[in-house]
Amino acid sequence: MASGLDDHRKGAVVSDMVSDAARPPVAEIERSRILARFAVFDFCFRNLTRAAAIAVLVILGGVILSLVYGSLPAIRAYGFGFLTSQAWNPVTDNFGAAAPVYGTVMTSAIAMLVAVPVGIGIAIFLTELCPYPLRRPIGAAIELLAGIPSIIYGIWGLFVLAPFLQQHVEPILIAACGDIPVLSTLFAGPPYGIGVLTAGSILAIMVLPFIASISRDVFETVPPMLKEAAFGIGCTTWEVMRNVVIPHTRVGVLGGVMLGLGRALGETMAVTFVIGNAHKIAGSLLAPGTTISATIANEFTEAVGDLYTSALIELGLILFLITFIVLACARFMLMRVERRSGG
Amino acid sequence: MTAMSVVGAGAPVKVCVRGLDFFYGDSQALKAISLPLHTNKATAIIGPSGCGKSTLLRVLNRMYDLYPKQRAAGEVMLDGENILSPDVDVNLLRSRVGMVFQKPTPFPMSVYDNIAFGIKLYEKVSKSELDGRVEQALRGAALWDEVRDKLHASGLSLSGGQQQRLCIARTVAIHPEVILFDEPCSSLDPISTSKIEELIDELCERYTIAIVTHNMQQAARVSDFTAFMYLGELVEFGGTDHVFTSPTQKKTQDYITGRFG
Amino acid sequence: MSPYAARRRRNAIATGLCWVATAFGLGWLVLILAVLVWEGVRGLSFDVFTQMTPPPGSNGGLLNAIAGSLAMTILGVAIGAPLGMLAGTYMAEYGRYSKLTLIVRFINDILLSAPSIVVGLFIYTVFVARMGHFSGISGAVALAVLVVPVVVRTTEDMLLLVPGPLREAAAALGLPRSHMILRVGYRAAKAGIITGVLLAVARVLGETAPLLFTALNNQFWSANLDAPMASLPVVIFQFALSPYKDWRQLAWTGALLITFTVLALSITARALSRLRTSK
Repeated sequence: MASGLDDHRKGAVVSDMVSDAARPPVAEIERSRILARFAVFDFCFRNLTRAAAIAVLVILGGVILSLVYGSLPAIRAYGFGFLTSQAWNPVTDNFGAAAPVYGTVMTSAIAMLVAVPVGIGIAIFLTELCPYPLRRPIGAAIELLAGIPSIIYGIWGLFVLAPFLQQHVEPILIAACGDIPVLSTLFAGPPYGIGVLTAGSILAIMVLPFIASISRDVFETVPPMLKEAAFGIGCTTWEVMRNVVIPHTRVGVLGGVMLGLGRALGETMAVTFVIGNAHKIAGSLLAPGTTISATIANEFTEAVGDLYTSALIELGLILFLITFIVLACARFMLMRVERRSGG
Repeated sequence: MTAMSVVGAGAPVKVCVRGLDFFYGDSQALKAISLPLHTNKATAIIGPSGCGKSTLLRVLNRMYDLYPKQRAAGEVMLDGENILSPDVDVNLLRSRVGMVFQKPTPFPMSVYDNIAFGIKLYEKVSKSELDGRVEQALRGAALWDEVRDKLHASGLSLSGGQQQRLCIARTVAIHPEVILFDEPCSSLDPISTSKIEELIDELCERYTIAIVTHNMQQAARVSDFTAFMYLGELVEFGGTDHVFTSPTQKKTQDYITGRFG
Repeated sequence: MSPYAARRRRNAIATGLCWVATAFGLGWLVLILAVLVWEGVRGLSFDVFTQMTPPPGSNGGLLNAIAGSLAMTILGVAIGAPLGMLAGTYMAEYGRYSKLTLIVRFINDILLSAPSIVVGLFIYTVFVARMGHFSGISGAVALAVLVVPVVVRTTEDMLLLVPGPLREAAAALGLPRSHMILRVGYRAAKAGIITGVLLAVARVLGETAPLLFTALNNQFWSANLDAPMASLPVVIFQFALSPYKDWRQLAWTGALLITFTVLALSITARALSRLRTSK
């Protein structure tokens, strides 16, 4: 059969040799003219894409500049005192950032306290313990948790989590910590349901999937040989994770944690529902408070007076700078992991 | 220079490489390479891996231009014009010097479009003319009978050997003058390999061919001339029969008798 | 206890905790979705899709909010996605080895998780304050700013996955880079880029914060992009925090709609990208 095909082919080749030899000499000139036209198009397309890439930088620059510009009146009026003042009085035009900054930091801290160990636990489960057929569905389910819009967390937190905490968890905390020095202040009553602890809990659920999926990704960059070597000398799963995988991926996990922190710091809607919007720093985590993003979301459209608006924009600027630094650190760490696994 | 002395006199030269150096960043991959590619002949470039044979091939259509920090110095004359000169239109050069790669690289489109794509780019042709050109190219690559009923199936649905012949057809369709083959059979089974080898043999009648291969039997089967490279240098160049039966260099002899590489 | 038994026990505790952690995480997902369905389905009726948002105490639906969300999302993606695709194209193709790409990639990754409320403030100062009033178009632009980084990221990643030899094969025919990208690169990366756009849609569809002071809200039907425009998330926000029972019911129903739309989009996107990788 093969030889029959060959015969046929040889015939075909001979026949089109003739037409090919007749290639006109002008073809080359024609071709270079066409290519010159393409080159113009290529030049335009190249610069178009380049302009789009630069536009990304312009967006960032625009965000920073517009925030700085918008907060100039407040910066002029309050200077550095803005950062330390707890005042928030629209009537007398007296504003300070201390309470919202405190709320932002505290809610994020609570969120990380819960989400980091749980997230890493999930990542370990997904890379080491989970039966193979379940890995994909469980991994996808965890990522779906990250896909739920933040406003849903907010409404759910307000109507489900807050009443639950108020009725079942906070009274126990208050009773249990009543006599312990520091904790009695942190968990002083009454149980509002709405407050810093509830906001932190919602944030914990929100950032959990981020930390889990990034940790899983970096755990998977560990060369199997390394793990096999440790299993080979009789290490248990936990010992391999603790002594080989986690030390090997420390930087990446930290990057994932920072990324989660960046999310927690800037999260708006989920927090706004359950924080209580109270402009004061309370010793108790059960008391209402506020965060930067919640303050802006609650008050911006109602803000009358340039100074009020400007103070809110300055809050936005502070938030942006904090998250920028946290996210930049996160990216920097994750880049180091990528480079190592890539090269 | 000993290499040049054995070149068969009289055969016209299509491409002439003179004193070619090539650098990847700071490391030099080719050192003072000089060799001719004779018109309508197949020249095989052999040597152990890492000897620079693929690098040499990629200079001939300036494929290295796609990457930063790679540069070539010296002369590569194509019909008397130095293609390394900066004012050469690289795309025009590549339309004259086609290339077939190690692994088949069909574009993610139908068999027909894979070939029509290149033709339509350079020429204004009617639909029926285009059909004819596609058929002609597929016949030229000995693929027509196998794909005539599935011209509109994806190019990726063909077998590996068919994909490689599709790539050859695609290259032939835009009428190049030189075709470079970079280990075209390294990912194929023996039957597909023999089909491609026969095809190269036939293509020789119309095109100047350079083929990089690590398979010495293949070099012996398909080529008229053979260049043996080692560590970035050209050790020996000559008629294939001559290089394989009575090499002048000890290194060549060691390599073709399988003592290293 | 022998040291080996102690190690075994420690291992059992630690791995046990990992199981618990996973159950904990999945538990929230189930709990949130269950409550959402329980509360939301009750209010699901034909009226939701045909009536405007009502004043307190009367019947109504979410039509203007749904329409507003769709309009602003579509417009935002229409503005943001091409920009993101072009930028991603530069980074993966023309500028693959340039310093600009490194910087843009870094900045883009930061924008990817930057607080969306800040984007709202940005658009407020640049557009709303200038124009003197809230408008649907500025809401759409705010969403576009959020779409860009998602699409940049996926476009770049997907084009980088296009095998080098395919790129060289196109170049070997004499194709200029632009032709290679438009005719071969985009085609090979198509599924991945569509995935990115779907993910971007999923992300902005549920965004509330950037709309609060750009598009604001509108209780009535409005097809005017130059006027305040309702959106599902903002209506949910307003209604959920209100004391009126029927408003709260609409908020739950809206939440149900938006969550399942978003989850359906991201599942589709995931399935598409799996299709791609398994090929």
